[in-house]
Amino acid sequence: MDAQKSLFPSAFEVETPKGADGWKDLYPYYTHFNPNRREQDDNTFWFCNSQHWPTPFRPFDTIMLDFAIKGLGQYNTRHLLVPPANGVDYRILNGYVYFSPVAVAPEQIEGRVPQFMERAGHYFMNWGDLYANWKEKVLAKIKELDAINFTTLPDVEALDVVTGGVGLDSTNQLFDQYDKAIEMCYKIWQYHFEFLNLGYAAYLDFFGFVKEQFPSIPDQAIAKMVQGVDSELFRPDDEIKKLAKLAVELGLVQAVHTGSVDDALAAIAAAPNGDKWIAQWNAAKDPWFNFTSGNGFYSTDKYWIDHLDIPFGYLRDYIERVEAGEEIMRPTAKLLAERDRITSEYREMMDDEAQAVFDGKLGLARVVFPYVEDHNFYIEHWALGTFWRKMRELSQLLCDEGFWNNADDMFFLNRNEVRDVLWDYSSSWAIGVAKRGTDVWPAEIERRRAIHLALSKVRPLPALNNPPEVITEPFTIMLWGITSEAIERWVSSDSDDGSLRGMAAAPGIVEGVARVLSSPDQLRELQKGEILVTPVTAPSWAPVFGKIGAAVTDIGGMMSHAAIVCREYGLPAVTGTGNASSKITTGMRLRVDGNNGTVTVLD
Amino acid sequence: MTKNILNFNEISSSDHGRVGGKCASLGEMTQAGVAVPPGFAVTTDAYAAMLECHDLGAEIERHLQGVDPDDLASVDKAAQSIRQRIRSHAMPKDVEYDIRTAYAAMGDNMPVAVRSSATAEDLPDASFAGQQDTYLWVRGADAVVNHVRDCWASLYTTRAVSYREKNKIPHIDVLMSVGVQKMVKAKTAGVAMTLDPVTGDRTRIVIDASWGLGEMVVSGVVTPDNFVVEKVLEEILDRTISDKHVELVGDEAAGQAVEREITDERRTQCCLSDAEILAVARLAKRLEKQNKCPQDVEWAIDTDLPEGENLLALQSRPETIWSQKEKDKPKTSYMTGMMGIVNTLNNPFGSKT
Repeated sequence: MDAQKSLFPSAFEVETPKGADGWKDLYPYYTHFNPNRREQDDNTFWFCNSQHWPTPFRPFDTIMLDFAIKGLGQYNTRHLLVPPANGVDYRILNGYVYFSPVAVAPEQIEGRVPQFMERAGHYFMNWGDLYANWKEKVLAKIKELDAINFTTLPDVEALDVVTGGVGLDSTNQLFDQYDKAIEMCYKIWQYHFEFLNLGYAAYLDFFGFVKEQFPSIPDQAIAKMVQGVDSELFRPDDEIKKLAKLAVELGLVQAVHTGSVDDALAAIAAAPNGDKWIAQWNAAKDPWFNFTSGNGFYSTDKYWIDHLDIPFGYLRDYIERVEAGEEIMRPTAKLLAERDRITSEYREMMDDEAQAVFDGKLGLARVVFPYVEDHNFYIEHWALGTFWRKMRELSQLLCDEGFWNNADDMFFLNRNEVRDVLWDYSSSWAIGVAKRGTDVWPAEIERRRAIHLALSKVRPLPALNNPPEVITEPFTIMLWGITSEAIERWVSSDSDDGSLRGMAAAPGIVEGVARVLSSPDQLRELQKGEILVTPVTAPSWAPVFGKIGAAVTDIGGMMSHAAIVCREYGLPAVTGTGNASSKITTGMRLRVDGNNGTVTVLD
Repeated sequence: MTKNILNFNEISSSDHGRVGGKCASLGEMTQAGVAVPPGFAVTTDAYAAMLECHDLGAEIERHLQGVDPDDLASVDKAAQSIRQRIRSHAMPKDVEYDIRTAYAAMGDNMPVAVRSSATAEDLPDASFAGQQDTYLWVRGADAVVNHVRDCWASLYTTRAVSYREKNKIPHIDVLMSVGVQKMVKAKTAGVAMTLDPVTGDRTRIVIDASWGLGEMVVSGVVTPDNFVVEKVLEEILDRTISDKHVELVGDEAAGQAVEREITDERRTQCCLSDAEILAVARLAKRLEKQNKCPQDVEWAIDTDLPEGENLLALQSRPETIWSQKEKDKPKTSYMTGMMGIVNTLNNPFGSKT
């Protein structure tokens, strides 16, 4: 197709939002759409990955993008040789990231098959052992991260540095700790992808087979056959529920409702039986409150363990529900029985030969699926949570040293600039002069903050240029739900007939009042029975799913969090609408049809 | 041992030959604990006794001698005479006594449906609408006895006779059973298929439903409401509400079912609640599981029964069209193991258009 008649605009013709001039300097050169390579970039289809990055990056936060993309690519391209798929190329435009999967040239696909079979086959054959080993590796990295400690440079080096003939100073420790934190983050992202695409591939194989047997089967039914009921992603929520029940049992309700979190914890500790509850609270906190209310990709993410008011708010909600006689624990036995029922009923409708194939593919899908679900807790929640905490500590230290004015301003610098600041700090300390950065960064940070704010006010375009005839890249389909159909929806979503289309992610029809949320900080605004409308949800939002009527998201594939949790809670969900959160406003009455994937504004 | 009457709850699998398909299915459902209106089968033994008693067999043979199966007029004439002969003879005393006793046991002057229940040698598609006699809302022992005999006579419709002539099936070997079943007072009734009759999709249950007795739906007199339910997830996927202009209801005084025009808002009202749709779907699903093949189920919701217990199965028979196609389908080969995964990656489902 002619570039003039592209379905989506060219990156080079997209306007810079008002007040965001100079935004490119916030991000590394390799993420820019470069005019020197315009022809190539215009001939490529780019889709906005607003599922993982729904808001513009602060400069430091591109670390997660860089490392994630690198990790994803290396396994496809260099470790496993996934026959049709290399990595995913990326660009940043107006603060949002655009992805383009890199296909393997058709003539090279066949040649990669033998190596892929040997390498991927090894993983599938030894999944249990390799996964156990993976957990050990990741836990070791988390431990190392946790041990990282940034300390202010001393006025005078300790005497034993001199008498011991050390010959080095405290700056080495500072650089070493920073470099180590970055290295840990890099390694963690590589581990993140070690199993992931293999897990998706096995799931896709099962999915495709079942679809072939039953072309009309809802995606959610296939997901239900594979999903676990005891995923570690549910643990944080389950722990809060258990604590809520225990508080009621021990007669601590009043104490829990006392003032701030600290007040309440003090009241509980002072109450009879309070120590028992406090012990359970402390046990639950680490590791389970290493749980972000975002997705782990942003320095702005709030982790429960650093913001105990978040889990405490959920705790108070749950206590109210327990006192109202509600059963809040997930009915895992029932969910498991339901999973078995669904599986066997579809299976019975197949002929004998198909049943044998079904058993094989289902078996593998169930072996790999716990990784697909659980890695998220280990990496995004626990490991990245620890990383961000350490970075915040460093930001605070450098703030105290006068490099900037707000505790978390460091995130307006990229990771290499932060290392420059450490150098500035170290060298000026050594020379015995004033730091140079203290005169540079506060103003520069304000400039960047204004640009970032301007970028945040404009929603990204869903895609750039022309899509290929058909989307064939398997992981694009699995991860982002980007199919040829989805793209058609984006294109047609402008022709407004009062209803929005998305994926029928969890069944049911519900009418109710919309509550549009753009950030997890607003979760408390949700009222019982309201319909949650949001760009994207995160696993830690689970506690609010007990009180909403339905969920609608802009972005999300068949395995998106909102879809998984809604199925679990039996709520209708429509995901991947493209723009529901900008078209709908809080207070509108909606009908959410999770059977057909439509959202209708009623008045 | 011959037995003229078998209650639905005492029909065993060895009796299937002498109660016909319809009653066998009712017997099986009853014994499996499916809610079915109670009743009994007048067995083929009773019919055989009738033939024997009056030497009707010889009489039938005589009427059919020299009939040319291609000459519809001659077949028609012979068939008519035979039906008249069967109707004009009294039943053997013991058969009539057994029917009256069984009917009396159902309750005082109980309205019943009297239906012929064909045996295997009969017309293959005879169970389809209108081919064999069904008498609804029959009351009183005399009427029941008469209608049983009418059903026997329906073995000799012109079409049935000509079919057997053409296929060289000896007429005398074909026997008839009759079912007598408590009349359902249907608020709503219809048919449920455990596959999509249009596509053969086995993950779907398709329900047709209309007000009153289900015969209006079966015979196509009324355009029913239509519901599509996902079989495994038990979710209503689609509903089409039609203009249902007429219903068949029992007329107690006349002792028969009468067509009545629907003039009120019920015409365009959905005739099943969501809970009822799902209950019908679960019933059909249960019957499919029990019979191990896709089913075509007739059902009704009885106004006299309490909610939750008011859904009754009236009949269940195997779906034939798609089940046959399925058998004729060529075997597909599947890729398994690593080859399956490679194939999936190279040709992901999303890329198929």
